[in-house]
Amino acid sequence: MEIAQENKVLQFVENLSVGSDLPTYRAMAKDALAGMDFPTTRVEDWKYTRVTRITKQNYKSVEATADASAYRIPALNANVMVFVNGFYDAAQSSIEAQEGVTISAVADMDLEDYLDKLDSIDENVFSLINKAYYTGGAFVRVEKKVVAAKPLHIIHITTGEGVIANTRHFIDVDQSAEMEVVCTHHSVNAAESFSNVVLEGSVGVNAGLKVHKLQLEELDMFHISTENFIQEKDARFDINTITLGGLLVRNGLNILVDGENCDTMLNGVYLTKEKQLVDNHTFVDHLQAHCVSDEMYKGVVDDKSKAVFNGKVIVREDSQKIEAFQANGNVLLSRDAEVNAKPELEIYADDVKCSHGCTIGQLDEDGIFYLRARGLGKKSAEQLMTQAFIGEVIERVKNETVQDYIYTQFEERFGWVR
Amino acid sequence: MGYTEEELAEDLKNQEYKFGFTTNIESDKAPKGLNEDIIRFISAKKNEPEWLLEYRLNAYKVWTNMVEPDWAHIKYEKPDFQDITYYSAPKQNKKYESWDDVEPEMKETMKKLGISMEEQQRLTGTAVDFVMDSVSVATSFKSKLKELGIIFMSFSEAVQEHPDLVQKYLGTVVPTSDNFYAALNSAVFTDGSFCYIPKGVRCPMELSTYFRINESGTGQFERTLVVADEGAYVSYLEGCTAPQRDENQLHAAVVELIALDDAEIKYSTVQNWYPGDKDGKGGIFNFVTKRGMCHTNSKISWTQVETGSAVTWKYPSCILKGDNSVGEFYSVAVTNNYQMADTGTKMVHLGKNTKSTIISKGISSGHSHNSYRGLVQIHKNAENARNFSQCDSLLMTDTSGAHTYPYIECKNPTAKIEHEATTSKIGEDQIFYCLQRGISEEKAISLIVNGYAKEVLNKLPMEFAVEAQKLLAISLENSVG
Repeated sequence: MEIAQENKVLQFVENLSVGSDLPTYRAMAKDALAGMDFPTTRVEDWKYTRVTRITKQNYKSVEATADASAYRIPALNANVMVFVNGFYDAAQSSIEAQEGVTISAVADMDLEDYLDKLDSIDENVFSLINKAYYTGGAFVRVEKKVVAAKPLHIIHITTGEGVIANTRHFIDVDQSAEMEVVCTHHSVNAAESFSNVVLEGSVGVNAGLKVHKLQLEELDMFHISTENFIQEKDARFDINTITLGGLLVRNGLNILVDGENCDTMLNGVYLTKEKQLVDNHTFVDHLQAHCVSDEMYKGVVDDKSKAVFNGKVIVREDSQKIEAFQANGNVLLSRDAEVNAKPELEIYADDVKCSHGCTIGQLDEDGIFYLRARGLGKKSAEQLMTQAFIGEVIERVKNETVQDYIYTQFEERFGWVR
Repeated sequence: MGYTEEELAEDLKNQEYKFGFTTNIESDKAPKGLNEDIIRFISAKKNEPEWLLEYRLNAYKVWTNMVEPDWAHIKYEKPDFQDITYYSAPKQNKKYESWDDVEPEMKETMKKLGISMEEQQRLTGTAVDFVMDSVSVATSFKSKLKELGIIFMSFSEAVQEHPDLVQKYLGTVVPTSDNFYAALNSAVFTDGSFCYIPKGVRCPMELSTYFRINESGTGQFERTLVVADEGAYVSYLEGCTAPQRDENQLHAAVVELIALDDAEIKYSTVQNWYPGDKDGKGGIFNFVTKRGMCHTNSKISWTQVETGSAVTWKYPSCILKGDNSVGEFYSVAVTNNYQMADTGTKMVHLGKNTKSTIISKGISSGHSHNSYRGLVQIHKNAENARNFSQCDSLLMTDTSGAHTYPYIECKNPTAKIEHEATTSKIGEDQIFYCLQRGISEEKAISLIVNGYAKEVLNKLPMEFAVEAQKLLAISLENSVG
């Protein structure tokens, strides 16, 4: 293993380049790649997701231009940052200055804070590649007691074939501050391209952060994202992950709840069709007592697509009075569809209330019969039922404009009627 | 104790039988270690046919290429496989010279379980006298089974007397290459039980390892094969509620169940091997592979009460191959002190209209870790498959851990799968309620735990259920955190 064999990871990054004067943490990441390998399905965490489709190719990193105006959310009054193929497009971005709120595009986040806060989170090979080779990202910092006036909308566009987009963001919400971020991912003629995203954030004492991630890429590209967040005392954190696009998508979400009285809410929706594979991995690590985490993921799986859900909750020793809930619902619509679910609970404290539930089934026949008896066609009855099923999760998105936008996407992609 | 007499009788029989057996092969022991020669030695000693030797050697070859798995949520010192004696003549080791030598705690426990004096002595191997008239009971049982054509004997005997049946079914459910310990077992198993219920026969009594000939000294690599032919029914009990000590630290058994069309097998286990002392020293490693194959319209039901062993690693599974077959798994696993249990089930749905139910209740106390690990797999052609799983964990102390790792894989759109898991502490208000009504805390806990585990205990045959309840209470003594 050690000698003679060519390292696949090094081959993979062959065509990528970064400047020579890398800050230490990036240089270290680059060096670490030499000792890494891509996960196979024998690796527990990747049991149901084969990444060879992604890793067998050599990608190039290309600066390009693409029109982002269509991807703006009209009703959302937000600061906008646009990244095309992982590079910041200042011309299409618009950021309104606010005191105490820093929103900037930086290449290097060589900030002590940043490195300290998240160094305990394990890196996987994709996030390491990102760390070594990322070409752009947003750096957001909200100072103490400042409430950001506008949410930030980060638009990611991938364009061109065989392109890798390494984007890396960091959101730092200081004590008692509030922030909201919407991330949307799109693609234009980007067959066989690979969007490798890392989103990291720290939610300070009594601070609040909401993240809405909408994955709307075409069905011909790959997407792997790693999202790492840390919460301090009394912090509130909401993250919504809506996945509609991409051929092979992996959302890796890690939340370290490192303070008492934290509130964590995770919502996810995945609607898959054709040959998609959508893998949602979530990990909530309760390090401190008196916290609540609530997770709800629902998916509808059609055609030959596959969905993977892995929800892990760990309650560490002495983290008493934790309430951790998790629900995962799946509907299979087609003969060739497949769902693999693995909800996990690891509990090392006794005074806790933890539960998870997982279901796989079909749309309720009685419900469909009821609707059809009232004159609805089979298709629209099914759609209505699906909407109701998914709707439960969407209703938990605490931003009506974003909710609306999500429904608009359903209309466009699935012809849902509202 | 409904079975005491029969057992005693059987024991008497055992002794007679054993004399004959040991003189035949002249009690001797294989040298420590494992290699092909040892396997040939075991096979020759047992006078096995050529195919079985081949089977063993093949398993050994497979085993040498395997690595001991480490995915389970357990920690233990890996056994040194070259430091184990794989064959010793089946003679009963006298663990105690006389009844007075038996540890007082052991006596106390047995008393609490309500085991009769005679049986206590038998279990500790100190019994001398047997009640004569019980022989007739055992004989009548035997003749009744024979009348119905039921074959129930030790594995070695079955190999001699019914080689065709053994060859036909051995390894069909758990292939030699299945896993590390199954491969090891296939190579070196020394004895076990074999049971065959002919077509359409309903076994009139609970078959128990108690009744079996030559039960003692089956060794650490036990092999059980139960075949229920078309339309047959059998309820099989394994194990014993009384604490069992054994000098063999590693136990790697394989149990295979085969339910042919319209047959039903109910397999109940009470496992109470020595769990090690309060500091986690010693104790048995229990690495068992249990699996059942369900043909059309058949049903296999696993019920287990696991309270012993330092490390438990077992997943009684059902392969629902035939249409309309049913698999069930009911489990109570209690861990205390430094015990570790990683247990659960696999339900593999292959046939149409297959159903499976999983009820797992874990109770962790002391510094123990108790994990549920399960797989529900619905294959492409398993139309209308149905699964319901419920895994509850109860935590008694803040130093113990309870974990759930369910795997749910579905490839058929008509399947309905529900999985539910909860983890919580023993209800303080419930304890308070009991205390208020003058029930001591210990009793209250026993009451609550038994209520919590009732769903599973109800599935046990009568004989076991009563003892199992007491066993739960005893296992959790002094465990309030």
